[in-house]
Amino acid sequence: MKTNALRLLAAAAFFAAAPVSAQETLTIGFTVSQTGKLNNDSIAQVRGFELWRDQVNAAGGIKAGGKIYKVEFVSYDDESQNTRVQQLYTRLIAQDNAQFLFSPYSSGLVATAAIISEQYGKVMLATGAEEKPYRLGSKHLFQVYAPAGQYLAGALQALKALDPNAKIAFVYKDDPFSKAVAVATRDLAVKEGFKLVLDESYSPDTTDFGPIINKVISSGATALIGGGHYPDGATLARQLYDQKAGLKWVTLLVAPDSPNFSTLDKAAVGISVPSQWEPQAAFKPDFGPTAEQFTKDFVAKFSIGPSYHAAAGYASGMILQRAMEQAGSVDPEKVTEIFNKMDVITLYGRTKFSNDPKEHGLQLGHEMVLAQWQMKDGKLVKEVIWPKSAKTADILY
Amino acid sequence: MFSRPFPWLIALIAALFALVPAWAGSVQLRESLLLAAVYITLASNLNLMIGYAGYVNFGNIVFFGLGGYFCMYLVNDWKWNLVAAALVAGGIVSALAFLFGLGILRLRGAFFALATIGVNEATRQFVANFEPWGGATGIYLSLNAYEPLGGPRQALWFVYFLLVAVMALSLVLSYAIKNSKFGLGLLAIGENEDAASILGVPTPRYKTIVYSTSAFLPAVAGGFYFFKSGIIEPTGAFDLGLSIEAIVMLMLGGQGTIIGPALGAFLYEELRGTLLTLPTFSHFQLVIAGLLLLLIVLFAPGGLMGLIRGYFPATRKFFE
Amino acid sequence: MIGVLASIIDGVLVGAVYGLAAMGLTLIWGVMRIINLTHGAIIVFGMFALYFLASMLGLPPYAAVPISLLFGFSLGVALYWIVAHRMVGRPILMSLLATFSMNLVLIGLGTALFTTSPYNTPVSLPGLSWSGYTFTGTHIVAAAIAATIAGFLYLLLYRTLIGKAIRAVAGNRDAAELCGIPTTQVLSLAFGLGIALAFVSGTLIATLFPFTVLSGQTYQVKSFVVTVLGGLGNPAGALLGGVALGLVEGLATPFMPVSWIPIVEFVLFVITLLAFPRGIFSFSRS
Repeated sequence: MKTNALRLLAAAAFFAAAPVSAQETLTIGFTVSQTGKLNNDSIAQVRGFELWRDQVNAAGGIKAGGKIYKVEFVSYDDESQNTRVQQLYTRLIAQDNAQFLFSPYSSGLVATAAIISEQYGKVMLATGAEEKPYRLGSKHLFQVYAPAGQYLAGALQALKALDPNAKIAFVYKDDPFSKAVAVATRDLAVKEGFKLVLDESYSPDTTDFGPIINKVISSGATALIGGGHYPDGATLARQLYDQKAGLKWVTLLVAPDSPNFSTLDKAAVGISVPSQWEPQAAFKPDFGPTAEQFTKDFVAKFSIGPSYHAAAGYASGMILQRAMEQAGSVDPEKVTEIFNKMDVITLYGRTKFSNDPKEHGLQLGHEMVLAQWQMKDGKLVKEVIWPKSAKTADILY
Repeated sequence: MFSRPFPWLIALIAALFALVPAWAGSVQLRESLLLAAVYITLASNLNLMIGYAGYVNFGNIVFFGLGGYFCMYLVNDWKWNLVAAALVAGGIVSALAFLFGLGILRLRGAFFALATIGVNEATRQFVANFEPWGGATGIYLSLNAYEPLGGPRQALWFVYFLLVAVMALSLVLSYAIKNSKFGLGLLAIGENEDAASILGVPTPRYKTIVYSTSAFLPAVAGGFYFFKSGIIEPTGAFDLGLSIEAIVMLMLGGQGTIIGPALGAFLYEELRGTLLTLPTFSHFQLVIAGLLLLLIVLFAPGGLMGLIRGYFPATRKFFE
Repeated sequence: MIGVLASIIDGVLVGAVYGLAAMGLTLIWGVMRIINLTHGAIIVFGMFALYFLASMLGLPPYAAVPISLLFGFSLGVALYWIVAHRMVGRPILMSLLATFSMNLVLIGLGTALFTTSPYNTPVSLPGLSWSGYTFTGTHIVAAAIAATIAGFLYLLLYRTLIGKAIRAVAGNRDAAELCGIPTTQVLSLAFGLGIALAFVSGTLIATLFPFTVLSGQTYQVKSFVVTVLGGLGNPAGALLGGVALGLVEGLATPFMPVSWIPIVEFVLFVITLLAFPRGIFSFSRS
């Protein structure tokens, strides 16, 4: 009897004294648009994820609640398609046992993935600006980007300072993100007293912008605002240049932020883009590297500069890590609680989520900047032109 | 009806579909079988047009998509009960099919096939511009819609059972039609429309009825499927690729038979699921689908069932 | 008003290219009663040909046009002997499904090789400007090339012996055979021609817009619309049909949101199928 009790005590002591560094893995699942129309920006985002994962694992892993977690990714190619996103996220949850999820890139795919993640009660960090998914009663969805409604506020303010009588043509892609931005911006433009001379959406499959550009010319517009994602934005910019549309101000969504936009050469000059983040951003982070450090590490690893998609990807990983560390656990409910209270500044800017049940998870803290392509010493560079407090160059008009 | 062997087979299939995933508690299996059930529904109803009446409906997916849209609209915007909404959606789509049928069923062969593509594409473009249905963004289902069914997890199981029921009904429908005077008339039309007409088969009426009937269950299935997906938008709802895959499934299994489409759809779904996550092969499903179809068309127009029944005539009585 | 005119002119320019794309489809149909559903895939390959020749090998873009014609022709003849030969004379459903399955295979292979990502071969030419509107040089050149090729096709069909043979076989194969015409060879030539036309139209389209492996689908459907407008089997009708479609697009654009245009096209398509099964511009008595 006594020997048994001693044995039991010994066993208990042995297990209690087990080393704190019990290694576990944390599985994060997501899909990437490796192929398809969204590949350009989605791959940038994934690189952000990967840089974070490599740095975290090199530093030993995530330390939460006495355990150390090595981060592992499971990912699939969603080919920029909704139907595949559904099937793949279900698989990530049901078969690959992903504990946390990152969203695909772009609002349309985010919405589809969010339905699955909410159906199964998993926490997902979302990189899409459209606000609709947060108004459907979600509880574990958290938006990393600034919402669509804010996108072009800066652009309009900049334009107002230059020419309050500008005639604006709205030409945007007919997809959840661009539409959300367009609707919000339209209301803002009317409030600011601008004249709207054209307001049209184009199908996502459009490759021939000729007819729309002719319409823009007919309308006598001096400014064009809109676009969508990379392929259509780039083509639109090129065709605007080829057809000599004669606009004094062009703001396009997403596309001009990619470093690849510089391949458009002269067609890129003067085109501005609302950006979630620029490498020149000078935030003082509460934790993690500065923007400058991040940019250096990114270039060292991938030989190309980071766009805001990459920064957002990296930031997603960082705040997830932070939430787990503070929650002391990887339980989705505990992590959700931390996210609900979070208000931090990282290289990416300020991050704070809404707790209002009508728009739970919406990003409140993050702000947009406006960047523009300009010629500097014969080379094409992207400068921040708005807000005035963050600018690195004057506006080209 | 249960005096003959085949209806028992239908009941068995339905029972297996319903019980195995539930008993195994496997979500992954349920997801896979759910897609299979949807495909079987599509292929079976398509069989009525292609296998019985001989009219190739390339754009058959338009029923699925429209049914999905009507149902989602009623559930999301008007807070209807899911089953009621799906049934009403099915009814509306059937009625629309009847009207359209009156027009395009006057065309023969290839012209009809092309016209059905035109109808599908026109519907897709129209819906993409139709604001009350969300335009190109589509309809997003509020997560509260799952509450009356007991929350998302329960709702997903419930919808699965509904889809199994729709699948079973499709097979029963195929069976019932085949053994009726109506079905005989259809088969005659499929063999030689003009001869059938001369022999007294009311061809225009029969064609329109079968077109309209073949729309109902796919529309209902569409309603349930998109409810489960939580989102419906034009490109996914009117996916011409899926429409064509339904034809491949039908031909693979054996058009004109009842078990054929079910077999073909099931096999195809398994193949597709396996290829989905393999990086190099993720689009090979199309290559394989194409090769399969080509081989079938050239060498075995009766599909798998045609081969089986050819080599084992005894099975004819059992597998209809 | 000037805007409308500019829109119409632009529409006609692009329409000429649509017409070229459809000519191949209608030729094959007219001569051997096969509706070639690999049409879209061939167009896509033509697009990739431009990318391969111009972006990767560095050839001047328009040099790719004659290369495409030759390659397309050889490809077409090869495809004839591999697939189409078995389809001639069989029920239409058979050839529809067979060519369709070939399309699946080709697009599937294309996707496996090139993925669905967008490709672009930027071609820049100075355009003509007029009252603020610019007609890009690429549009003008593409339309000119399309018209030239159409012209050559006409000459081939109506002024050469081979053309005569093709028309004879199209009219009545058995009679032509009896007259000593090697009909199978002629059919393979005609098929090769049809594929060459589709292929080169893809190359031309790629000089105008970016494309993906899946772009062929859009142009295949447009080709159907054009073919139906112009009458299946009538190459001249196809060119006119293409221009007509371009005209409709150009006319409609200033007056309605651009996203409504495809609906107009499809409604036109279905109505034409129902009301004018022989095509609006039908000259042949098939």
